[in-house]
Amino acid sequence: MVFMLRRYSIHLILALAGGAIVYSADQEYLGLYTLSVLMFMGVNVILSTSLNLVNGYMGEFSCGHAGFMAVGAYVSSLLGVWLFAKDRVFGVPLLDPGYALYAFPVLILIGGVAAALAGLLVAVPSYKTRGDYLAIITIAANYIIISAIENIGAIGGSRGFMGMKRLVNSMEDVVDLPWMPIWVIIFTILSVWVIRRYVSSTFGKGVSAICQDEVAAEIMSVNTNKIKTVTFMLSSGIAGIAGGLFAYILGYVNPGSFNILKSTEVLVMVYLGGMGSLSGSILSAILFTILLELLRPLQIIKWIVIPLLLIILMQFRPEGIMGNRELGDLFPRLKKLYRFK
Amino acid sequence: MLESFLQNVINALQWGSFYALIALGYTLVYGVLTLINFAHGDVFMVGAYIAFFISTFFLTTLGLPGWVALALCIPLTMILTSLVGVTLERIAYRPLRKKGAHRLYVVITALMCGLILEHANLAILGASRKAFPPLIEVQVYNIGGVTFTNLKIAVIVTAFLVFLFLQWVVTRTRVGMAMRAISYDNFAVPLMGIPLDQIIVVTFILGSGFAGLAGLLFAMSYPVLEPYMGALIGWKAFIAAVVGGIGDIRGAFLGGFLLGAVEIMVVAFFPSTFRDLISFTVLLAILTWKPTGLFGIAKTTKI
Amino acid sequence: MMAQTLAQTENAPVLEIRGLTQQFGGLTAVNDFNVKLTPGGLSGLIGPNGAGKTTVFNLVSGFYQPTKGQIFIDGVPTAGLKPHKVTALGVARTFQNIRLWNDMTVLDNIRVAQHYRLGYGFFHSIARSKRYQQREDEIAKEAAELLEVFDLQRFALDVPKNLPYGTQRKLEIARALSSHPKLLLLDEPAAGLNSSDVQELIRLIRWIHKKFDVTIWMIEHHMDVMMELCTQIKVIDFGQTIAEGTPETVRNHPAVITAYLGDDNI
Repeated sequence: MVFMLRRYSIHLILALAGGAIVYSADQEYLGLYTLSVLMFMGVNVILSTSLNLVNGYMGEFSCGHAGFMAVGAYVSSLLGVWLFAKDRVFGVPLLDPGYALYAFPVLILIGGVAAALAGLLVAVPSYKTRGDYLAIITIAANYIIISAIENIGAIGGSRGFMGMKRLVNSMEDVVDLPWMPIWVIIFTILSVWVIRRYVSSTFGKGVSAICQDEVAAEIMSVNTNKIKTVTFMLSSGIAGIAGGLFAYILGYVNPGSFNILKSTEVLVMVYLGGMGSLSGSILSAILFTILLELLRPLQIIKWIVIPLLLIILMQFRPEGIMGNRELGDLFPRLKKLYRFK
Repeated sequence: MLESFLQNVINALQWGSFYALIALGYTLVYGVLTLINFAHGDVFMVGAYIAFFISTFFLTTLGLPGWVALALCIPLTMILTSLVGVTLERIAYRPLRKKGAHRLYVVITALMCGLILEHANLAILGASRKAFPPLIEVQVYNIGGVTFTNLKIAVIVTAFLVFLFLQWVVTRTRVGMAMRAISYDNFAVPLMGIPLDQIIVVTFILGSGFAGLAGLLFAMSYPVLEPYMGALIGWKAFIAAVVGGIGDIRGAFLGGFLLGAVEIMVVAFFPSTFRDLISFTVLLAILTWKPTGLFGIAKTTKI
Repeated sequence: MMAQTLAQTENAPVLEIRGLTQQFGGLTAVNDFNVKLTPGGLSGLIGPNGAGKTTVFNLVSGFYQPTKGQIFIDGVPTAGLKPHKVTALGVARTFQNIRLWNDMTVLDNIRVAQHYRLGYGFFHSIARSKRYQQREDEIAKEAAELLEVFDLQRFALDVPKNLPYGTQRKLEIARALSSHPKLLLLDEPAAGLNSSDVQELIRLIRWIHKKFDVTIWMIEHHMDVMMELCTQIKVIDFGQTIAEGTPETVRNHPAVITAYLGDDNI
């Protein structure tokens, strides 16, 4: 019994928490505002954990994460609206909006795949380039993606693209449940779970090996180019998933939301949590989202207070909240209570 | 055809001068500390604002003639801006360095400092743009269909002088020698009796001072100031520095002009919205082809 | 495939190098180097600092592509292969300056060296398929066994950077052996060890040589180590082979003495 509890404790907690959120959303205990904050929390968790894969585990310095997010957001939004919603750009929906509910996860995943392909923009140069030079390539990739979207007038250019709300509504028409929170919860758990499984496999440990000594990794038979490609594509693909969710939560997207400032935000979450610590990234994504909301009344001052807080925090904990440890390493007793694989 | 080409060359030189001046600051700091000082673009912005306040003060409050105001404005802007740079180093970067924090945490701190500079400006001065007062009378020359102004020439000449000066400092002076020594091995340098912190401060003074000068020149050329003006130009200048080969003065200079040229040429042949797209694609291609930049030396891993 | 099977007949050289030349810019680091290592041998490569010894090792392990010449591992040419492919052919090595993955546990250091025969890829690692489970179990079991054989099991969950220097050396050799090499390249294994550690290292290498049935080729500056262990020694200086033979021949070879001590001392 105890063994069963330990084995499934994480599943149980997640199911309970997720269920509680969905239930309270459905019963309208949670206001729209709280709900949207919770959803952005999920999106931020996905973003920070996926960036941690590259910046923490692999030790590269990617500063263009928002670019991949943009690819996922646009691809899943355009595809969704084209197929399932009436819209100025595409006209009548191609398919019955009633199918939107079932197609939604596929749409998000297709966005992820597109973002993963965009990740090749960074993965291929990474074979030969490392460190700060690769950082530039990621910044350039972010600018290139944003700039390309801005220059396609058909999808709204810099004004942005909308119509995703209709899709969300038609999902709720089919089965009356708060579908967006449900999808966000599912994809958040899925993303963290995938990353966790990847980095804990012998295959994925190649990522840390590259980080710590790339020469030794290559010579000890790690196919470094392959691992880099997989890691960059996984990281950007998951960012694409976050982008897709982000677009559907907001109901509209514009290239400006995925600029280098957004990338900086994600960077901050990763380094705040600690490089190479998944639980750190999750924790800091949650804290950061709350902090942003708490300080919202300060308006512009917010963007002075937050960086200042971060600077001060870094002076005291220069390795982030968790360093490179996980929750279980910090509180060994917790390990008895769960098994996470 | 030739005129329009020459015209574009002049425009590219002037536009590239700003990138070059800012890129020099990035490269100096990077060369010494291997720190990407992401606040540098915002230091440039602060420089422009400092220049704005100083020149308005001299022109309107004291009623000095334009050339006197300019003559006073140049050194004052450079000094005050370098103070900003040194302050950042002193209160934000140095403590982290002393604690031996991971290099990237210092980079994040720099990013945060940049955000603070931008938004503090926004909070204090408001979102309205500031119009920079004309300090000198702009004269337009026209030689064989190519037009240019005295200001443009001044900008280009300044960029070249700054380059020559910094190249001299780095290659010919004791301070420069110490800088190169630190960039080569910052562990052994203090053991050799070189005051590490002082050299770093000098580096920041030089870098930020010239960013201030760039801010002043930029404000004179494009007399509208806004708090975000440093962000994009800063990122781009940084990329220019890397394309040139970061840590190398010549690289930063060349990279700046290269970026300027690419942008001007793009605007000459394509809609101006394509500027970022094409120029960043060109830079990405250059870095893929030459991963350590044009002047960068590939560090070979010793096994 | 055919060529491979032909080459793998009895007593075919584990490593054959023909006319190997490596130039860096104008500098010729290795010049017309030839060697044949028969299976089961324990041979050495010596030479003064900067003679090009490590360059030879780097070429064999695929880290550099040679300017001229060919390298065959068990009869298979390695031209154009990336290092991880060369390792998969059966070459493992250690480094002059220990290159362990310092923040990964000792166990993981051994596990990652199994990448060449992992037998599963990204999607298996996510789906935790049957094949994944099976391979991971095998890898974990083998790694544990190897650590036990090397008497390192008590450090299994420590990180290498916290281990004593001698133990790190040992771990690096264990990691190299975990890839089941036919040829083990040891690059100055005794560097930085004190004399009692060196004695232990000699025993260790001799034991490995027997137990793992592996051909060993080593670079070392400690002459006593070389004299005691190696049956064949090759001496190079400025990339040129200047002498080869048994330890005794090499020790008294005039060119070797000149290379090490200079002309005037003779």
